[in-house]
Amino acid sequence: MNYIPHTEDEIKEMLGTIGASSLDDLFSEIDKSFFSKSFNLSEGRSEFELFEYLKKIAAKNDTSLINLSGGGFYDHYIPAVVDKLTSRSEFYTPYTPYQPECSQGTLQSIYEYQTLICRLTGMDVTNASVYDGGTALAEGIIMASRITKRKKVIIDSALNPLYQKIIRTYLNPDFYQIMIVDSSGYGLNRKKFLELLDSDTAAVVFQNPNFFGKIDDYSDLVKAAHEKQILTILSTYPIALGLLKSPGSFGFDIVTGEAQCLGNQLNFGGPLLGFIAIRKKYVRQLPGRIVGATEDKVGRRGFVLTLQTREQHIRRNKATSNICTNQNLSAIKALIYLASLGKDGFRKLSKMNYFKAQFARKALAQIDKIKIDLNYPIFNEFVIEIENLGQLYPKILEKDFIPGIPLAQFYPEMKNKLLICITEKISKQDILKFKSILESITYLI
Amino acid sequence: MKLIFEKSTFDREGFKLPKLDVPECKLPTDNLLESKKVNLPQVGELELVRHYTNLSKLNYCLDSHFYPLGSCTMKYNPKILETIAGFESFSNLTPNLSLSKKGFKYIQGSLALLFQLQNLLTEITGTSKVTLQPLAGAQGELTGMLMIKAYHQKKNNQKKYVIVPDTSHGTNPASVAMAGYESISIPTGPEGQMDLKIFKEKLTDEVAAVIMTCPNTLGIFNTQIKQICDLAHQKDVLTYYDGANLNAILGKIKPAELGFDIVHLNLHKTFSAPHGGGGPGAGPVGVVDKLVPFLPEPYIVKDKNDQFSLYQQSPDSIGKVAPFFGNFQVLLKALTYILILGKEGLEKVSEIAVLNANYIMESLKDYYQLPFRRRCMHECVISAQKQKEKGISALNIAKYLIQEGIHPPTIYFPLIVKEAMMIEPTETESKKTLDQFIQIMKKAAKLAKESPQTLKQAPANFIFSRFDEVKAARNQNLKYKNNNNE
Amino acid sequence: MSIYYTKNHEWAKVEDNIAMVGITEYAVSQLGDVVFINLPESEKSYKQDETLAEIESVKAASDIYSPLSGKVTELNSKLDNSPETINNSPETKGWIAKIEIINSDEINKLMNKEQYQQHLQTLK
Repeated sequence: MNYIPHTEDEIKEMLGTIGASSLDDLFSEIDKSFFSKSFNLSEGRSEFELFEYLKKIAAKNDTSLINLSGGGFYDHYIPAVVDKLTSRSEFYTPYTPYQPECSQGTLQSIYEYQTLICRLTGMDVTNASVYDGGTALAEGIIMASRITKRKKVIIDSALNPLYQKIIRTYLNPDFYQIMIVDSSGYGLNRKKFLELLDSDTAAVVFQNPNFFGKIDDYSDLVKAAHEKQILTILSTYPIALGLLKSPGSFGFDIVTGEAQCLGNQLNFGGPLLGFIAIRKKYVRQLPGRIVGATEDKVGRRGFVLTLQTREQHIRRNKATSNICTNQNLSAIKALIYLASLGKDGFRKLSKMNYFKAQFARKALAQIDKIKIDLNYPIFNEFVIEIENLGQLYPKILEKDFIPGIPLAQFYPEMKNKLLICITEKISKQDILKFKSILESITYLI
Repeated sequence: MKLIFEKSTFDREGFKLPKLDVPECKLPTDNLLESKKVNLPQVGELELVRHYTNLSKLNYCLDSHFYPLGSCTMKYNPKILETIAGFESFSNLTPNLSLSKKGFKYIQGSLALLFQLQNLLTEITGTSKVTLQPLAGAQGELTGMLMIKAYHQKKNNQKKYVIVPDTSHGTNPASVAMAGYESISIPTGPEGQMDLKIFKEKLTDEVAAVIMTCPNTLGIFNTQIKQICDLAHQKDVLTYYDGANLNAILGKIKPAELGFDIVHLNLHKTFSAPHGGGGPGAGPVGVVDKLVPFLPEPYIVKDKNDQFSLYQQSPDSIGKVAPFFGNFQVLLKALTYILILGKEGLEKVSEIAVLNANYIMESLKDYYQLPFRRRCMHECVISAQKQKEKGISALNIAKYLIQEGIHPPTIYFPLIVKEAMMIEPTETESKKTLDQFIQIMKKAAKLAKESPQTLKQAPANFIFSRFDEVKAARNQNLKYKNNNNE
Repeated sequence: MSIYYTKNHEWAKVEDNIAMVGITEYAVSQLGDVVFINLPESEKSYKQDETLAEIESVKAASDIYSPLSGKVTELNSKLDNSPETINNSPETKGWIAKIEIINSDEINKLMNKEQYQQHLQTLK
């Protein structure tokens, strides 16, 4: 199948209009030697054959496990309205809304999305979204460096290690100086941070809740940084913002994060949804598309892409970023998700994650051979230590649980440590079952 | 239309959550806690559904309107792609299972498909290996630039510049700048392709790479492309193929065989993954042998027992541009598309795409100025310079097309053509649709002569008249505030 | 007081050692509605032909080059909130900055009104 509607007669007629003798003739300006001798590709298939083929391959994935892993990529329940609405052709088959008169559906949705991201983060301005939480942060750092005209960036090691890798890839080492401050325990090494802040520092970067699930009060560090005209950047987890103090009220200048957790499936890691929200005074340094409100000729409210002179299609090499589009459909999913939960629902959901995780942490702490530090406040993730984790991990998988993320691959000193996440989808029964699995397998050690 | 916030009613309950099945406990201390609820809208489900259903209807989209947006390849998105992407065992799979080798056995299906797509794209581009990680075409470009940088640094080559033709997409020079290079813009010659003489002058030892879109954004295939690549290689200058326009040569020419070292693809263009109103897309990048060590990691490998796992051991890898494997869902759709079309299908794509574009160009040549009189590839650029004499701009014609139920082509790009209209019909549009479009374009040309006012006032009798973009930029209303200024 | 022009369509009104700087009617007509101007830094010195400010319409951004070398002594900060002043009166109220001239010889490189009018003819 090739979805081409032309009949042979139509092709002939069109070739006649063009004055070409054949379809090959259309390519006659191109040297014959440029054409490839062979394409080693299979023959086309019918839709039915392909459906069966992919169904078989899909069956080689196992999504029946109970997922206790998070680390930035969360398994939350998605109300049915989210997918039903965003699977409307009108949302998923247009492109960038260059022509506002016939793109108000997309534009108004993004304006609403921008409003909600600002309300969640307590910030003034956001854009129409970027690729993911990691690149959002990289763009945020680049932006901070441009504003401060400084090159040093100080990053807490409890920032998502995958983001740390993306940042290292994005930031040109000839230009930027990246310093990582090792956490003390699971938290922030405040003393070290305060020592390092200097007049060469463009930005400090934290994550709340941090990668180990710890939540913290950043007001002292934000204040100390601002005294030296250093910009403060926070990477955050939107579901936690239903309960936790907003980054805006801590005084952060740039807030980024991954919003896949708002109504987007895990999809094996993509598409994701990055956001970047800032103080208004920096709006001309913000990368990416921005939607703004305006009026048509007779005064009807409507929305357009605005402040486009920041962007690559106009500013080219001087643009604030090379980013061209946004994660539009993912952003609309996040919007409909938040609108569906509503003010009360979102608070409840956030609390539910919090209560369940506290319950699970206490419950698992009762197991003899498991060590859990109960002394630091968490939202819905925490670290546990199990002897011989390497051997036990596959056994837990066999009992139908994804037991979290083994931390040693990112933090070699964290051997035997596991990062566990409890969302609203995990029932009390699941938690107790997981507990008894851990009890029985650790008992055998 | 009203905003969702304006439909919100205080205290109305929205989505119902299950009962909390664990005991409540102490909340975090006050310095960590937000006392107020986030001000989200409070609407009932039916109201929510109506709001977004009605809002969606304000969009022109590919499924409802002809959408010949140049350089964006708005081809039909087969519905089976959505069905496959919706399989629960794809959509609900956590990438975290890939963080431990012990988890690989639970993700074999998705890894198998990624592996298959890596190989298919390698074959289609003629490269040696493909990374699926880049999340969009622009990010693919950045990935390419970072690999170029790593390659030259490894060889201790002192390089400063990247050459781009003046017809290039804005993302090209922007990606160059992000990687820490300076771009050199080369003008277009009278044939509509990069001026070879000036290129030769600028091609010094300090040049790191040359980026070419081929066919270029004028829809013209550069007949000197092989020579350009050869000249570059003589100075250890790497050659980068911007795949935005691959649809023109799909299944016929492999960019790496023309001499390109790096090739990025836009799966949302050439391989029919829907555009989503602006994203998510996917921008895989293929490279030839000498650049393989610099690819982002991990990529997928198959062992001798036909088990799939991840390779991430090259000391020269540039790192990561995405946390996992790129936009898996988009990759899956592109794979489905390639498998359905197969070899003959893909070859037919470029033939009919080129046929459709030339048909439009030929049919309109007496009505609009053609900046270059030669055959076009998958898109054609025409100009409203003739109409400009009557005060009619490309923008006026675009707005008239909206009134007539057609999404306008790309306008004012490429920058080197005044009053440019860049038309890319794609292969999935029928002759009948093209004929209707041609008729409307002819009528616009006639109106420009006889009744320019009609065009200046377009779109007329439409849901909206033209928006005031100056006001939007000056006033900067970028989020909604209610009467309480919240 | 004398007025001078550059090829890039800036003007400089010179009085003693102070030059008032702005962009010409022609520049504004090419740019369209001005939505933003990024003013120079106060007290900063700029060389002749160095980028002094940036001006933006909805779909374009252009650099404004300093017609003469000198230190910025005053800015027209009204433009921050009403950039349209540049559209309404580019060569009077829409001035951008005043600079203290360092090297008055540089004036020789600029055009007088008549020469600038001729320059505009060549652009048509």
